[in-house]
Amino acid sequence: MTLAHLSRQRWQVAIALSAVMVAVYFGFVLLIAFDKPLVAELVAPGLSLGILLGAVVIVATWIVTWIYVRWANAHLDRRVSELRAEERRS
Amino acid sequence: MSASEALQGPNTTAIGFFVAFVALTLGITWWAARHTKSTEEFFAAGRRISGRQNGFALAGDYMSAASFLGIAGLVATSGFDGLIYSTGWLVGWPVVLFLIAEPLRNLGRYTFTDALGFRLRQKPVRIAAALGSLAVVALYLIAQMVGAGNLIKLMFGLSYETAVIIVGMVMLVYVLFGGMIATTWVQIVKAGLLLGGAALLALLVLAKFGFSPLRLFAVAAERNGEAVLAPGKLISSPWEAVSLGLALMFGTAGLPHILMRFYTVPDARAARQSVFWATGLIGSFYLLTFVLGFGAMVLVGHDTIVAVDKGGNMAAPLLAEVLGGTSLLGFIAAVAFATILAVVAGLTLSGAAALSHDLWVNVVRGGDAPREEQLRVARASSILLGILAMVLGLVFKGQNVAFMVGLAFALAASGNFPALVLSIYWQRFTTAGAVAAIVTGTLTAGVLIMLSPTIQVDILHHEHAWFPFKNPALVSMPLAFLVAVVVSLAAPERAASEGYAAKERRMILGQ
Repeated sequence: MTLAHLSRQRWQVAIALSAVMVAVYFGFVLLIAFDKPLVAELVAPGLSLGILLGAVVIVATWIVTWIYVRWANAHLDRRVSELRAEERRS
Repeated sequence: MSASEALQGPNTTAIGFFVAFVALTLGITWWAARHTKSTEEFFAAGRRISGRQNGFALAGDYMSAASFLGIAGLVATSGFDGLIYSTGWLVGWPVVLFLIAEPLRNLGRYTFTDALGFRLRQKPVRIAAALGSLAVVALYLIAQMVGAGNLIKLMFGLSYETAVIIVGMVMLVYVLFGGMIATTWVQIVKAGLLLGGAALLALLVLAKFGFSPLRLFAVAAERNGEAVLAPGKLISSPWEAVSLGLALMFGTAGLPHILMRFYTVPDARAARQSVFWATGLIGSFYLLTFVLGFGAMVLVGHDTIVAVDKGGNMAAPLLAEVLGGTSLLGFIAAVAFATILAVVAGLTLSGAAALSHDLWVNVVRGGDAPREEQLRVARASSILLGILAMVLGLVFKGQNVAFMVGLAFALAASGNFPALVLSIYWQRFTTAGAVAAIVTGTLTAGVLIMLSPTIQVDILHHEHAWFPFKNPALVSMPLAFLVAVVVSLAAPERAASEGYAAKERRMILGQ
């Protein structure tokens, strides 16, 4: 894999995961903006849909971060060290 | 003694805890000073901070008194709305991780301007970006110093002016002698104290409700109405929601004092790990503050909280007093003080880096100055920033500065973030495009906030505002991107485009 190829792949992963984060957060605030009564509805005693979704946003942030770190630790770092080794040989 | 009475006078436990914190951190500074011999150590802690340590330090830099006292207060007085802010402040971190952290670490040395200007002409980019940084730092400093003055006056019984001077002097000692090594460890200690204190309070609150947050929320809704579990006034229209969201989500990726921390770790992998830790810590902290806010709403009561401080900023300290008496109040007060001290130190250091590394070394000296001179100028800049912090704190005494953190985020999202991300990822980006983006984003955000309801209606008490939204990011951030693209395409810069391959190599391989 060439450097340019790896760089493009990293960009694609970064932009895809950023898009997920944008969708999750702006989905949350736009739902609040467009349908406050729905967000105010109780799904359990003491738990409104809004609070539940807010907690979901926080957990989603952790999960997306974890996905990237796992991918980068396993895939990106290996490719980078391969490229470095190749350069040293040539 | 009622809660509000206890907050009026000096609290010996608070003073005791605070003196212990200062003694510990000055000890750290003394140790750090012996290892601070070059700008590499002064600005980047010798790049020997581990990913996990930097994660704690990032969390320490980010969890200001505004988020601890402010969000707990917002939740205590209006319930659910506080969660909208917390989530907004958290979702910026994955953006930092995916788009900024690793390239920044590989492309630069001390400031985010290093990465921004990697393949561009140095002088214009440095001047624009350094001024953009200083604007963000100054706004953030005002919010912190005024908050510090008020808080300490309320909790320790000192005068506002004395409080501002104490904060300024102590943090200046950290920065001046211990540089980034001391500042990093102060942040780590403070992050541990703040998270520990918040967790302890949350545990004590939940113990009263059978360790069930839902029972706590249910009791809050029973006493204060179901509305506390529902969205209130914070988001009034979809456009307003998007505007606030843009500033919060992309502002983090343009905060100079946060970005600077990525240079303290040895490599890109450690930079990545540090965001992973920071996101976990900060997210946990916001979940805790949500519980604290509702705890204060139920156990302290809305009226008492608002009677002590209209903005609700004393909700968490009052809650501490109800739960654990004067000694717990003292501990939480000292933690809040330590929090401000640490954040102000981080801000001062990043402002000093913009002045000495970006403006002096790279603009005045053309990128080449003797090591001793660099360190001397770095220290002189720190003193200048420290004095500026104290002066700003004194000048803005009694002003409503709560909006300034929001404004700092809007400036960072509009002025710094677009130029930084385009410089890292877009081959045809040019020097003129970068300067235009920074100038347009910063000025538009600044002017629009002046015309917004935040200033016109809330502070100047005018009938209506020229600009409809409380936050300008919806206009200023896309405009900065647009101007950057148009200017770059209108006048291509061959050297910048040809330098892209070298930038890409350095960004990925780190060499």
